[in-house]
Amino acid sequence: MSNASLEAVAPSLQPQPGAPDNWKRFFTFSTDHKVIGIQYIVTAFAFFLFGGLLAMVMRGELLTPEADLVDRTVYNGLFTMHGTIMLFMWTFPMLNGLANYLVPLQIGARDMAFPRLNAAAFWLVPLFGVILTASFFVPGGPSQSGWWAYPPVSLQNPTGNLINGQALWILAVALSGISSIMGAVNIVTTIFRMRAPGMGWFKMPAFCWTVLAAQLIQLFGLPALTAGAVMLLFDLTVGTSFFNPELGGDPVLYQHFFWFYSHPAVYVIILPIFGVFSEVFPVYARKPLFGYPVVAVSSIIITALSGIVWVHHMFASGTPDWMRMLFMITTMTISVPTGIKVFAWVATIWGGKLRLTTGMLFALGGLSMFLFAGITGIMLASAPFDIHVNNTYFVVGHFHYVIYGAVVMGFYAAIYHWFPKMTGRMYYEGLGKLHFVLTFIGANLNFLPMHPAGLMGMPRRVASYDPEFAFWNVLASLGGFLLGVSTLPFILNMLSSWSRGPAAGDNPWRAIGLEWLVSSPPPHENFDEIPTVVSPPYGYGSDEPLIANTVTQE
Amino acid sequence: MNRRTIIRLGVLAIADLLISLWMGQQAYRWMPPQASAESVLVDNLFSFMTTLGSFIFFGVMGTLLYSIVYQRAPKYDSSDGPPIEGNVKLEVVWTTIPILLVVWIAGFSYQTYDRMSILGPIEPMAMGMPTAAAAGLATATEPQEPIQVYARQWAWEFYYPEQAVSSTELHLPVNQRARLVLSSEDVLHGFFVAAFRVKQDVVPGRAIDFEFTPIREGRYRLRDSEYSGTYFAANQTNVVVESAADYEQWLAMAAATPLTPAENVAYEEFNQATENAIDLGWATVKPAPAPIVNYASSEEDFHE
Repeated sequence: MSNASLEAVAPSLQPQPGAPDNWKRFFTFSTDHKVIGIQYIVTAFAFFLFGGLLAMVMRGELLTPEADLVDRTVYNGLFTMHGTIMLFMWTFPMLNGLANYLVPLQIGARDMAFPRLNAAAFWLVPLFGVILTASFFVPGGPSQSGWWAYPPVSLQNPTGNLINGQALWILAVALSGISSIMGAVNIVTTIFRMRAPGMGWFKMPAFCWTVLAAQLIQLFGLPALTAGAVMLLFDLTVGTSFFNPELGGDPVLYQHFFWFYSHPAVYVIILPIFGVFSEVFPVYARKPLFGYPVVAVSSIIITALSGIVWVHHMFASGTPDWMRMLFMITTMTISVPTGIKVFAWVATIWGGKLRLTTGMLFALGGLSMFLFAGITGIMLASAPFDIHVNNTYFVVGHFHYVIYGAVVMGFYAAIYHWFPKMTGRMYYEGLGKLHFVLTFIGANLNFLPMHPAGLMGMPRRVASYDPEFAFWNVLASLGGFLLGVSTLPFILNMLSSWSRGPAAGDNPWRAIGLEWLVSSPPPHENFDEIPTVVSPPYGYGSDEPLIANTVTQE
Repeated sequence: MNRRTIIRLGVLAIADLLISLWMGQQAYRWMPPQASAESVLVDNLFSFMTTLGSFIFFGVMGTLLYSIVYQRAPKYDSSDGPPIEGNVKLEVVWTTIPILLVVWIAGFSYQTYDRMSILGPIEPMAMGMPTAAAAGLATATEPQEPIQVYARQWAWEFYYPEQAVSSTELHLPVNQRARLVLSSEDVLHGFFVAAFRVKQDVVPGRAIDFEFTPIREGRYRLRDSEYSGTYFAANQTNVVVESAADYEQWLAMAAATPLTPAENVAYEEFNQATENAIDLGWATVKPAPAPIVNYASSEEDFHE
């Protein structure tokens, strides 16, 4: 930019369209990656609250063994929409928001590679969000076939209407896939082409490595899901028989299409959270990320392995013995690169000078819950054990430890860590710690009792259950309601801090990274002068400068 | 490392090991009763994985908690920690050990699955009746014809071809290999008996041979484990494991009983007004009428 030197003198005095102090920009087709990042995060969080509300009604139903609070059709619609919203409307958009906001800043770019594509990808999110929500109001209600939409149940369409909940569901999921592919093309291109001079692969922050690994999965996996969804839509609407056994189709084929993408999809979700852990722990332990190059490369190894494990969701399905054994072994190998990361984080924290800010507490809580989920995950990879707990609450407990314990806690860690950067203001630590305590207790109380219930044989997706499971379900429901309450201090903290929190300064955590060298919030186009990177990203304890040019340093 | 550190680490490792071994023993108590030969195999595997998993979990959590408690920066201390960027020897160790553990767990699991041998050939229905009798673990008696298991929305029905007996309750003789052929008349269902630790999706259009060995007399719960639509949760019935004599007597009694409609939760619920607080009148697939069988189980039987 030619006016770089002028802005360097007085960055905030320079009025420009879309300036950071104009709140209306969040409701426009802005092409600024920081605006889009926050648009993604706030939209996704609204759907997180909606999906959580559905879960709380479900937990209300499960307080007692009988199906007595809601009709069975309503319960089935609730768990279908809860899962769909939490994945397609909350985790994916939320992580795209974090990546959008952070990647260009962390690699020293002024924006994403394709800013207009970026905005278009975001605006698809409210569009398919509306379609999905609208399915509550069509005759027959929303899809009731679970978020897997397994045929033949998903093809039954008892309303007989062409416009039904299931059709809208498929449409929304397909649009979500298109949005995700647009985002993936953009992020991968940005990371490959727009890193600052001097930022070789092994000078790139771990978060960007994990985002790259995750978005590569979107590129190879989503076509399979999209193909499966299109065939399902044809079966549902025009009477083809790809998956309909009555007409010679094969329902198990759909399961392969579905899980070929949807298992790797959990790595799309968890990898960027691994990246958040890798960013947060060094800052608050004041130590370099232990074994950074190995941690970085292990993300790419996870990407590669994630493509050959999908059948572990089908150990009890119509799969032959050899397939079960093969995929049992491939699935278990994923624990090796994952274990490397966990040990590296523990070694990063060990011997450091810890500061337990809210962000650090959430990262530690997330790591400990992920550790538990990883161990039950290896158990589930073991086919003979999985056959007992497959489709029981043991699995529900396991993946909620991943999705809530690691991903949601990791998201909160990221928000508290980068909130001062995003808003220029500081949040209130007291409210933050209250939020952490409620979330940590609520999550464990909600999801730990699901494991014994599952071991005892309680199937997932049931609106009613045998009285022997009641004890664990009452505990889980109490935890669920506590999680609902836990969001209140967070929302209060965010709203009040954003509007009147104390000024944060450019780098309140004394963190190392390009994003901490610019003002808070960062100016339009981020960098007056593109920095030249000369050091690896985690130089805590050694006084080497991160960049060669010192113009923007405090 | 000096000698005191090594001793202290050794003591902690032994404590972790003892706790983990205790957890491994507890693991048996989290499971339903062991009512099949397969359940013994699965529980041993689960106990083993619980022991290993506990050792890792408590080891890592202990290290983390030690850091959190003892390695906090003092107030007003803004200095950095030691600039340790890695340790190749340590990284090689924590890559190699998980690989070895994975090989161990996979080997144990493979062996367990092989010994369970629950799944026969899966054949398309058009191929006709599968030949389950050809598969062969030696049993005390001559191989019986397999029991036909029919799943539908939302009922289970069992058919004993030799005696021409139909039932909504699955009766099995103890200590004999149970041979079933699973088929579905509409959507996916799942044959799941927690006390047996066995589960198999029932796939429409396929006849799936499935077998296991009950070893403990009693009454157990068969639950639908693959989501099958509106009344999925109610699609359950009983499995009765009894002595060979009682089993024969039950078969003879059932064969002499005329066909009667069984109780069926889904069908009855569908045909009566709902009393739930939130009912939005969403359409459902109509439940199949209650099965008409020789022996009709009663829902009260299980909770007596």
